[in-house]
Amino acid sequence: MRAGRLWLILAAAFGFAVLYVPLIILIIYSFNASKLVSVWGGWSVRWYGELLSNEQVLQAAWISLQVAVMAATIGTVLGTMTGYVLSRFGRFRLRLLLTGMATAPLVMPDVVTGLSLLLLFIGMEQAIGWPAGRGMLTIVIAHATFCLAFVAVIVQARLTDFDRSIEEAAADLGGRQPWIFLTVTLPVIAPALVAGWLLAFTLSFDDLVISSFVSGPGSSTLPMLVYSKVRLGVSPDINALGSLIVAVVAIGVTLAALQMRWAERRRIADEQRALSEEE
Amino acid sequence: MSRARRLGRTAVLGVPFVWLLVFFLLPFAVVLKVSLSEPDIAQPPYQPLFGENWEYLGSFANYVFLTEDTLYTTAYLNSIWMAAVATLLCLLIAYPMAYLIARSRPATRLTLLMMVVLPFWTSSLLRIYALIGLLNTTGFINTVLLWLGVISEPIQMMQTDFAVYAGIVMTYLPLMILPLYATLEKLDETLLEASADLGAGGIGTFWQITLPISLPGILAGCLLVFIPAVGEFVIPQLMGGPDQLMIGKVLWTEYFNNRDWPVASAIAIAMLAFLVIPFMILRNAPAMRGEV
Repeated sequence: MRAGRLWLILAAAFGFAVLYVPLIILIIYSFNASKLVSVWGGWSVRWYGELLSNEQVLQAAWISLQVAVMAATIGTVLGTMTGYVLSRFGRFRLRLLLTGMATAPLVMPDVVTGLSLLLLFIGMEQAIGWPAGRGMLTIVIAHATFCLAFVAVIVQARLTDFDRSIEEAAADLGGRQPWIFLTVTLPVIAPALVAGWLLAFTLSFDDLVISSFVSGPGSSTLPMLVYSKVRLGVSPDINALGSLIVAVVAIGVTLAALQMRWAERRRIADEQRALSEEE
Repeated sequence: MSRARRLGRTAVLGVPFVWLLVFFLLPFAVVLKVSLSEPDIAQPPYQPLFGENWEYLGSFANYVFLTEDTLYTTAYLNSIWMAAVATLLCLLIAYPMAYLIARSRPATRLTLLMMVVLPFWTSSLLRIYALIGLLNTTGFINTVLLWLGVISEPIQMMQTDFAVYAGIVMTYLPLMILPLYATLEKLDETLLEASADLGAGGIGTFWQITLPISLPGILAGCLLVFIPAVGEFVIPQLMGGPDQLMIGKVLWTEYFNNRDWPVASAIAIAMLAFLVIPFMILRNAPAMRGEV
């Protein structure tokens, strides 16, 4: 049993190494003064300076940020509606179609999504003149569609765990929709919406393939710029960019973990207090 | 049900439904249409499907072309093979991780779970870039091995199948771990004790109890990795060799380099036709319906 546990820990450690060694090396090299990756030229923050003074990078980052905020917001609103419908409306016609359409984007290969949306946009432009050309609008629409699917899964899962008697009590007390949803359901599922929005933002901010298909001139996103730089070879300012993103995500994840642990402790304390009051 | 309430229901259902209909389902109809058209040197570069008097001009020529040129069938089969191998590697690496997380104390469990999720929240493109920096001939691994004198000249790891497997495994590992963890977490400790009491060894208990119970998680995790991996573009493009064919890369080339939209569309439809089956299994998998 002892030996078994040791092997288990070693195997799991290998898995974590697969996830983390590349990121750690990336961060270390982002402080390398030398332009050559194989040569260590001493510590330096030179690449961070070059990154933050690179007009092209800042422009692309700004576009990506705008796209991600809009796509995540639209995706969260529509995804919440979808998740709600799928968990609360019971059986209805077209349910199977809606489930399929809301699940498929989760696993659809990006090249297929990108190509199909591009051909749609071109066809629509020919037929009804909208959307005129391709740019940020078409990227937002494309991203909002897959964001919808991810948020719908999260919201549906949350609503399935939800104690429905609270909603029923609100209805018995004379509450009506949409007030029950806004005052009872929404506050309970709010953490799931926040998680869904953040996930949607991340996926949109990270997307390369779909954006490449549906973007137009002047609307290059950050991943598109990174991709064109990476294809030309190693460029040290990308190390700096990667390290910055890792740092932001690490801070966010740590805060989320602390918040979860704190909420859990408070819940246990509340339960114990309730129990001792009963006695 | 009052009229206002029915109207509200229709709106809540209708808005996302119409959105998905227009921006998810309709595009596939357009792709299907273009895949049946003839390529043309025009803007857009394909001929209309219907003539002036609405006579049907489409044909399956593009699909026939796909089957005739071995490039496409090779790429197609190679993608499925590579995605399958990468999925299996992912499963082998993820299982001990998920098991360890499920069996650890709550505080440790949360930390380890966060560690699984963290890379997933960073940029996958930048993670691929980081992995390239590790595997390059001038990369970290080769530099260290050369310096230690283990090897006398750099090992060629990039532009190989190994690099593509490594890329897919690193990118999709969290998607495998999470459903596995979800099933293993529910594993009742008393079952393991009962099995041990009845004389089963560690390996016996694993095959008889743990593995069967975690099967839904294995299924969901494998499909979540396999389906997108088949159509992966970035990883084979940046890490695989120039002659290494994967269908996502071929589609991209047909569209961006050859500007052959009808053939690109036919590839997309062929890819979908193959992925429908694993997708149907995934959609009906208990793990995807929150029943785990």
